[in-house]
Amino acid sequence: MNSLILSVGARFLTGLFLLFSLFVLLRGHNSPGGGFIGGLIGAAGFVLYSFAAGVEDARRALRVDPRAIGVWGMAIAVLSGLASALAGLDPFTGLWLILADLALSTVLVFDIGVYLAVFGAILTLVFALEETV
Amino acid sequence: MLDGASDGAGRMLGYAASILAALILVSMALMVPAVVDGRPVLFALDWAPSLGISLAFMVDGLSLIFGLLISGIGSLIFLYATGYMGDHPQFGRFVLFLFAFMVSMLGLVLARDLITLFLFWELTSITSYLLIGFDHDNPRARRNALQAMLVTAGGGLALLAGFILIGTAAGGYDLAQILAGPGLQDSNLYGAILVLVLLGAFTKSAQFPFHFWLPNAMAAPTPVSAYLHSATMVKAGVYLLARLHPALGGTIAWSMALTTAGAVTAVLASVLAMRQGDLKQALAYTTLMALGTITMLLAGAHPYALTAAVTFLIIHSLYKASLFMVVGAVDHGTGTRDVGQLGGLGRAMPLTALAAVLACASMAGLPPMIGWIGKELIYAGAETMTAAPFVAAAAVAANALMFAVAGIIALRPFFGAPVATPHPPHEAPWQMLAGPVILALGGLVVGVLAQPLLGSVVGSALTGSLLQDRAAGLHLWAGFNRAFVLSLLTFTLGVMLYLMRDRFAALVDPVLRRLPSLDDGWDRLLDGLRVLAAWQTRVLQTGRLTAYLMAVFAVVALALGLTIIRTRPEIAMELPRSAFLWLTAIFTAAGAVLALNTHSRIAAIAGIGTVGIGVAVIFIYAGAPDVATTQLMVETLSAVMFAIAALRLPGITERRSPRRQMAHGVVALTTGLCVTAIILSVTASPLDRSITSYFEENSYALAHGLNIVNVVLVDFRAFDTFGELIVVLLASFGAYAVLKRKRRAGP
Repeated sequence: MNSLILSVGARFLTGLFLLFSLFVLLRGHNSPGGGFIGGLIGAAGFVLYSFAAGVEDARRALRVDPRAIGVWGMAIAVLSGLASALAGLDPFTGLWLILADLALSTVLVFDIGVYLAVFGAILTLVFALEETV
Repeated sequence: MLDGASDGAGRMLGYAASILAALILVSMALMVPAVVDGRPVLFALDWAPSLGISLAFMVDGLSLIFGLLISGIGSLIFLYATGYMGDHPQFGRFVLFLFAFMVSMLGLVLARDLITLFLFWELTSITSYLLIGFDHDNPRARRNALQAMLVTAGGGLALLAGFILIGTAAGGYDLAQILAGPGLQDSNLYGAILVLVLLGAFTKSAQFPFHFWLPNAMAAPTPVSAYLHSATMVKAGVYLLARLHPALGGTIAWSMALTTAGAVTAVLASVLAMRQGDLKQALAYTTLMALGTITMLLAGAHPYALTAAVTFLIIHSLYKASLFMVVGAVDHGTGTRDVGQLGGLGRAMPLTALAAVLACASMAGLPPMIGWIGKELIYAGAETMTAAPFVAAAAVAANALMFAVAGIIALRPFFGAPVATPHPPHEAPWQMLAGPVILALGGLVVGVLAQPLLGSVVGSALTGSLLQDRAAGLHLWAGFNRAFVLSLLTFTLGVMLYLMRDRFAALVDPVLRRLPSLDDGWDRLLDGLRVLAAWQTRVLQTGRLTAYLMAVFAVVALALGLTIIRTRPEIAMELPRSAFLWLTAIFTAAGAVLALNTHSRIAAIAGIGTVGIGVAVIFIYAGAPDVATTQLMVETLSAVMFAIAALRLPGITERRSPRRQMAHGVVALTTGLCVTAIILSVTASPLDRSITSYFEENSYALAHGLNIVNVVLVDFRAFDTFGELIVVLLASFGAYAVLKRKRRAGP
């Protein structure tokens, strides 16, 4: 697409989308947000970039094949779910580590897996569509 | 690895299998004393306890007889196969298939649980498919293998249904309990059970009208025919009938079905056997005759008839396996098995001739072979049955024909003037002689020593498995009675048939030619199925997305509409006061109207996007920011994807006929109205807040999270979310694969 405004704006907007998506991912546990929405927002950022600069550039900017990102997300989700099995609990039971005010958990790891899986799946589809059709 | 037979490894495999089978035989033989004492050997392992299914086995009289036959003949067959085709490049594979078959067959007869039995039943169908089609370069072999499998596995499905009904009626799948119970003859499921079980047994044992697959199965290598189609697989159906006899037998329906099918099969098959030029085909038809006779005898409920059935089963296995191996040896030694091209082989192949003569003497029922005792028992048993004159007549006719066929097989190839054969006849190697000679001599030995050798085992099958109070004795001389007279009549008729076989042929051939061929009927059935499948695929899988959507939404509308009409739920409708909501609603509806009326795809996508955003706005208004954000993102991304695809599609105008538009409108409106009605009726009833309050209370306490939606997604219901992730990824990878494949296939 030959639009100067879009191609200049997209470079900033994509970064903003990504930052915002991480923010949404991390705040998700206590405020509106979460891995699913985060993944969608992040993917939207790269879709915008692919419109402005073309799929090839978008793929290069992403560095990793989106299919691999999706599969890694899935793997992270599985591992976080199985971690509780090591502690002798049922799979997908959340494990918590409370450090002062900071609550860390396998649940957050799971949410990151969700983020990556959604992000990878959407981009796989959109890039393939753009390249083919 | 398995196919590397050329270096002799295959032969070693054949010998190893033979030894293994012999060891099974020995271990089964060691159980004889316990079983004869009335102590069946039981073994069970829980398999699916929640369904009451266990991997359970039982060795009693009946299964012991089968087990001994399967492992004993199996051992000889492996030896024979090593001599017959040990040089075959795929002999290793062959041994594997045959051994898998043997194990399945042993599992089938030893199973104590009906579901276990069914599992092995189907395994025998599958392994026999592999064996019949072993010569896989030959389309005829492949076709016949498929036919055998479809017929027997189709019957197997009926059998499974029958077993489940038995399990329902008897309260469990344990055969020992079912047989010890009161029987199922009075159950109101009895009719269905009987039909289904008989379908399974008749297809497996090739009873009329399912007999056509068995002669075709002769496409298999001869060792397979000798094993599967004489001694074992085809006997599975008969085994099942005998096994379930105490639970299902004794009724008029049982006796009529078995008598009719058995008698028709026996007589028809023995007439056809007379008319075969190919020795192997002739044997295949005599096998049908034997199966028919056993089925017919199992119709009875008297110890004589059942003793006859069990004894004849043993007799037939001995002589028929031997004869098949003889025919293979003749084929191997001369290059043909056409009876018209054979003669005077006795001098060149003395041991083969000896086995042939002994086995045929047993088949013809001549004393002192065990076959003689069997024939006497059949006649004695026939007298005890309900349709005694009919059964006796059928048995005499079939046995007389069998006598003539035995004469043809024993005399014509081996005696008389030598005939020039494709290559000069030579005796088979020792591996191929051991089986037929041992089995044929066995027929003589157990004939002379019938009662001491077989009496106790047959007796335990009768009293222990078939639950009779006694068994008939096995004697060479049972006195001058009606059975003896019938035997003499059989011999007279048999000799006449043998001497006048040409005139007999002239008599029956015109009739046989006019009979409808079930084999051709089978082909037509398959062709019909193919046409039907192609037709329904064309109708249902049009490849047009609109057609699929129409079907989906029409079904949804119908299901919802009918439910609403039937239940007439209470509907509460309260119009909102907020002007903001009214504006949003108008905005959303306008998007829908735009999407419906535009001729540009981009405008239609924008219209649908408007609807989605309107819905998101309503979510925000209702206090669900999470859902609203997700809705917005999904809406944006799907608009993007639609747009990418739509840019390449033709315009919308050309495909809109008024009639189609009308149909689409009706379906769309009905679906919309139904969904609206359901939502209104849901809001009419008070909300059950127990789940919500559970999450409200526990979200922070258990999961340290204030955002309930997210806590539910990633913690309380993490496994569901994980499942959804798999769906999302698979869908996108699937689309990726389709898109990329099309691209490669394109210009």
